Amino acid sequence: MKTLFEVNNLTKHFGGLTAVDHVNFSVNEGEIFGLIGPNGSGKTTIFNLINSYFPVSEGTIVFNDHDITNTPTYEIAKLGIGRTFQVVKPLKRLTVEDNVMAGAFARESTFEGARKVAKDVLEFCHLSNESMMKAGSLPIGGRKRLEIAKALATRPSLLLLDETAAGLNPTELVEAIDIMKKIRDELGITIIIVEHIMKVIMTISDRIHAIAHGATIAEGTPEEVSKDPAVIEAYLGTDYTMGDETNA
Amino acid sequence: MKQLLKKLELTRMEWIALGIACIIPFVFHTSLYIQGILILIMLWVVLGTSWNLLAGFTGQVSFGHAAFFGIGAYASAIPYLHWKISPWWGLVTGGLAAVLFGYLLGKLVFRLRGPYFALGTLASGEILRLVFGEEEWLTNGHNGILYMTTWISKYPYYFIILGIAILSVAVVKLIMKSKLGFYFLSIREDQEAAEALGIDTTRYKNISLGVSAFLAGTAGAFYMIYMGFVDPEVVFALHHISIITILVGIIGGVGTIWGPPVGAVIMVFVQELFRSSLFGIGPSWISRIHALVFGALVVVVILYMAGGVVGDWDLIKNKLKRIKGSGATS
Repeated sequence: MKTLFEVNNLTKHFGGLTAVDHVNFSVNEGEIFGLIGPNGSGKTTIFNLINSYFPVSEGTIVFNDHDITNTPTYEIAKLGIGRTFQVVKPLKRLTVEDNVMAGAFARESTFEGARKVAKDVLEFCHLSNESMMKAGSLPIGGRKRLEIAKALATRPSLLLLDETAAGLNPTELVEAIDIMKKIRDELGITIIIVEHIMKVIMTISDRIHAIAHGATIAEGTPEEVSKDPAVIEAYLGTDYTMGDETNA
Repeated sequence: MKQLLKKLELTRMEWIALGIACIIPFVFHTSLYIQGILILIMLWVVLGTSWNLLAGFTGQVSFGHAAFFGIGAYASAIPYLHWKISPWWGLVTGGLAAVLFGYLLGKLVFRLRGPYFALGTLASGEILRLVFGEEEWLTNGHNGILYMTTWISKYPYYFIILGIAILSVAVVKLIMKSKLGFYFLSIREDQEAAEALGIDTTRYKNISLGVSAFLAGTAGAFYMIYMGFVDPEVVFALHHISIITILVGIIGGVGTIWGPPVGAVIMVFVQELFRSSLFGIGPSWISRIHALVFGALVVVVILYMAGGVVGDWDLIKNKLKRIKGSGATS
């Protein structure tokens, strides 16, 4: 299987704080790759390094055999890495359709072409009925799907999903998982997903990479990672051991 | 030409407006005063539309549009002063000079965001006003530059500035239906999100600034040709140019195609109404409070119709209907 994306010794210092500490992982084509870790462990920072919101302190990022470390954000989107934001960023005063068209223009130069892409993507993300609404008046579930739609409209080969399922109700959650699976299975897009909701990440990930305090603590299949003592410790603390719940 | 017209998708209202604009100077053929006002309105349509592209559609609120206006005016006047080159060339070079200045200015002010960007542009206009006032060897300083105007009749000037105004509105309308327009709006709404969608925000902000500067510079060159006089205190004026430009945009409707033209009509009308003390029938102190009236107008617009007359047109229509309705029943 071909490696589509990898980070080598990825490191980010904010002053004296090391937010990401020599992280290594590689993602294969067609894979759904989960990135987990407790709050503040550096997951979103890794995304921000990948699409150059922050300059990388050390290490390299490789996509499609090209070193893309510190390439400008808009170039990275054009190379084929789309992303969604944990704190959603809808273009509030534009309609849902116009939001997606703005993304579609990354590969389409004509109005008609961009609109066609937008219509397809909106249908894919179950947003067709809301297409003429102002993005600012969408409820949270719709906004999360709009994030995905905007990113998909840029026709990425790799999609970074940052907590797309957070804040959704159970019905919306099922819908979101369904869409994520379809993105890989029907569109053939590789996904790196950051997620707190274990139900989501455990059901859809092929492999999971766990970090704590910016450093790698485990990597493997969902079962392997969920049983890893370092992961359990990071999430629940050292007091917690299997079968001895009184200390928890 | 036909295809262009089709792309513009002119509505019936727009055809009517166009028709009125073409015949109105003939309606007032006896009054040079009113024809002068009509020319001023068209001048403000160009300036307001120029500002609106950068501020209303791209979200980069400029407080220094006088800079581009003045550069355009001087690009027309300086070659005349030194080499007797006709100021009419300014209609070509005025816009280009303003683009060049805009490009250099963009390198500085696009590092700033929000209010800091506004302050940066404000400073640019003020700096130019002082520099053009001091550098007498180049600009003849505060004495200004004089030019015998080409025609006494106002008709040719009216139709030239009408043509420029139509071109400005048409260009902005076409831009807003294209990729460029979508990119401008994305930048206005959220620069980080725009970058993630593959939009080179710096490049597209510069393009928006370039088009905006070109239109304002052309307006400045026309002003020189029409008035036959420039002086730094007039063309680089903060309150008479930069601020009024913003008012035209705000009152008409920020981020709407027809906001600036409507705003221009209202602003010039109100300005003349007060400058002339209610067209000569009011007491003379009224002419001294026009700035106060502008202030009050802005407060009212921002409080009750933040979208401006065009942006909140449906709201205004409903209110008028209600007033009419209650009047009929009582």
